[in-house]
Amino acid sequence: MVMPVIQLELAGVDAQERDKFDGGHEMGSNQQLVSPGDLITTDVGFMRGHGTYTKEDGLYASLAGVVQRVNKLISVTPLKTKYQGEIGDVVVGRITEVQQKRWKVNTNSRLDSVLLLSSVNLPGGELRRRSAEDELSMRKYLQEGDLISAEVQNVYHDGSLSLHTRSLKYGKLSQGTLIKVSPSLIKRRKTHFHKLPCGVSVILGNNGFVWVSPTEHEEEGGGSGGFSQNLSQVPTTDRTGIARVRNCILALAQNGVMLWDTTLANAYDACLKYPLTDLLKSDVMREIAFVTRQNLEHQ
Amino acid sequence: MAGYELLSEQNLRLDGRKADELRRIQCKLGVFGQADGSAYLEQGNTKVLAAVYGPHEIYRHGAGGASRPTLTATSNEQAVINCQYSAAVFSSGERKRRPRGDRKSQEMSMHLRQTFQAAIKTELYPRSQIDIYVEILQADGGNYCACVNAATLALIDAGIPMKDYVCACTASLMNDRPVVDINNLESTTGGPELTVAVMAKSGEIVLLEMSQRFHVDHLEKVMDLAMEGCQNIYHILDKEVRAHVSKRGSLLGWEAT
Repeated sequence: MVMPVIQLELAGVDAQERDKFDGGHEMGSNQQLVSPGDLITTDVGFMRGHGTYTKEDGLYASLAGVVQRVNKLISVTPLKTKYQGEIGDVVVGRITEVQQKRWKVNTNSRLDSVLLLSSVNLPGGELRRRSAEDELSMRKYLQEGDLISAEVQNVYHDGSLSLHTRSLKYGKLSQGTLIKVSPSLIKRRKTHFHKLPCGVSVILGNNGFVWVSPTEHEEEGGGSGGFSQNLSQVPTTDRTGIARVRNCILALAQNGVMLWDTTLANAYDACLKYPLTDLLKSDVMREIAFVTRQNLEHQ
Repeated sequence: MAGYELLSEQNLRLDGRKADELRRIQCKLGVFGQADGSAYLEQGNTKVLAAVYGPHEIYRHGAGGASRPTLTATSNEQAVINCQYSAAVFSSGERKRRPRGDRKSQEMSMHLRQTFQAAIKTELYPRSQIDIYVEILQADGGNYCACVNAATLALIDAGIPMKDYVCACTASLMNDRPVVDINNLESTTGGPELTVAVMAKSGEIVLLEMSQRFHVDHLEKVMDLAMEGCQNIYHILDKEVRAHVSKRGSLLGWEAT
C-alpha cells in the first residue's frame, strides 16, 4: 500500500486566494442550490428522486447540490459521490478477493464489483468450456492487488456491478500509473482509451480511476487472453511522459476541469514549458488548468 | 475560585467575548485528496480535521478503530457507521501518551457514531460501511462540538445523504448567567458544561450531555442559549457549504449530470 499524500491548506490562507483564480462564474440563478435539510417543495404532486426525502409536510434535500426536475421527478445532484455504474461504462479496478468462479473488484463504487470467471477471455480460444481446473487456477490469471480494465456488463438491483473483459482492449494492466479522481470529472465519451502523441496511453475509467501507461507498439495475438504482463524496462523518455501526463491530470482534477482527450492534450501542451519537477507546484497546476480551460473556450 | 473572574463586571469573559458570543469559526471543505469527503474546522483555538470514507464494502480488517463495526444482521439493511476520534499527542497542554484508544477517545468515538447514525440516511446503503475519522489538532474546549461540526461538513463534502445538518454547541453557567461555547479554561475552572447536538433545521436533539449538576431552574436558559449557539453555527456552516458547492459547481458546469 502506498501511503496517502496529505494535501492540506489552512482555512485562513485560502480566503484571499479564492478570488484570485476563479475560472468559473457565479452559478446561474435558474439553478436552485440546496443543502441537507432544505425544503425543496411542499407540493404533493412530485416524485422523490436521489438526494431527497419526504417528511410529513414536503420534500427535503439530503445532499448539498443543485435541484434537478425532470417532469414530476425531483432529485439533487451533489458535487461528489461514489461511482454509480451504468451498463457499458469503461472502468479500471483492483482485484480485492478471489472467490469461487468470481473475482471481487474494487471499482470505487459503494459495493465491490464482481468479475465472473465466465465473463473473461481465458487463454486458448473464445469458446472453451470452463472446467474445474480453470476454477482452481483463477489466482494464476488475476490475483489480489492486480489492476484490470473492464466494462460494466450488468447492474444488480442492490447497485453492485458485474464486469466483463471480453474484448482484447480490456484485461490485466501491466506497467503504468493509477490516478484516482472524482468520477464526476470524467466526461462520458465514445471512447475512453486514448493514445496521446507523446507515447503515452491513457484509460479514463468512468469510475474515476485513470490509468496512464506507455503505449504498446507491437500488437500481440489474443493467445494470452489479456492476462500477460509486459514487464520489460520502460525507457526514461516514456517514464517522463507518463509523469507529465499524470501531473497534468492531477492539475486538471484539482482545479475542477473535466477530463477527456481534448483537455488532456491541451494540458499536456500547456505543461511543456515547465520543467517536470515544477509540475506539482500549486501555482503551476493552477496555470495549466487555467490555460486548458481558456483553450477550450476558444475552440 | 482562582484569582480571576470568569465573567467580569462588564459581563465580558476571559477571552473578551460576551456571554452569548461564539468563538470565531473558520472552516473549509475538501482538504484531502485521498478521502471521499473531508473538512477542516477551527472553533477559536480548537482545530479539527475530519475525513470521511465511503460508503464502501464492509471490510473486517482495517485501521484499529475504537468503535469498529461488527457484522450483524442489521448491516444487511442499513449502512454501518464507523467513527474514530483521535486527539493528536501535541493537541493539549500536556503531551498525550497515545492519540487514540484510551477510554476518553473511545467514549467520544461512540458518541460521534450515535450522533451520525441518527443523521445519516443509513437505510439507503445496505451492506456498506461509512468511516468517519476526526482528529483534534489543538484542543481548547468543546472538542466534541468541533468534531461534530467538522464531521458534518466532511459528510456533506462526501455526498452522503443526511436528514439535516448536525450542529453541536456547549453552554455553561457563570454567576448564574448562561454562557455559550466555553473554551478549555472556562470548562476546567468554571461550572457545569452542557453539550447539545441538534438537527439544525428541525431542532431535534441528537445528543445531550451534562458534566456537572446545576439547579433545574437554570436548565432552560442554558439549554436555550446552547440551542441558539447551534443555530448560529448552522448558519456559518451552511454559508461555507453553499460557497463551496457554488464555486466547484460552476467550474464543473454541472456537465457530469
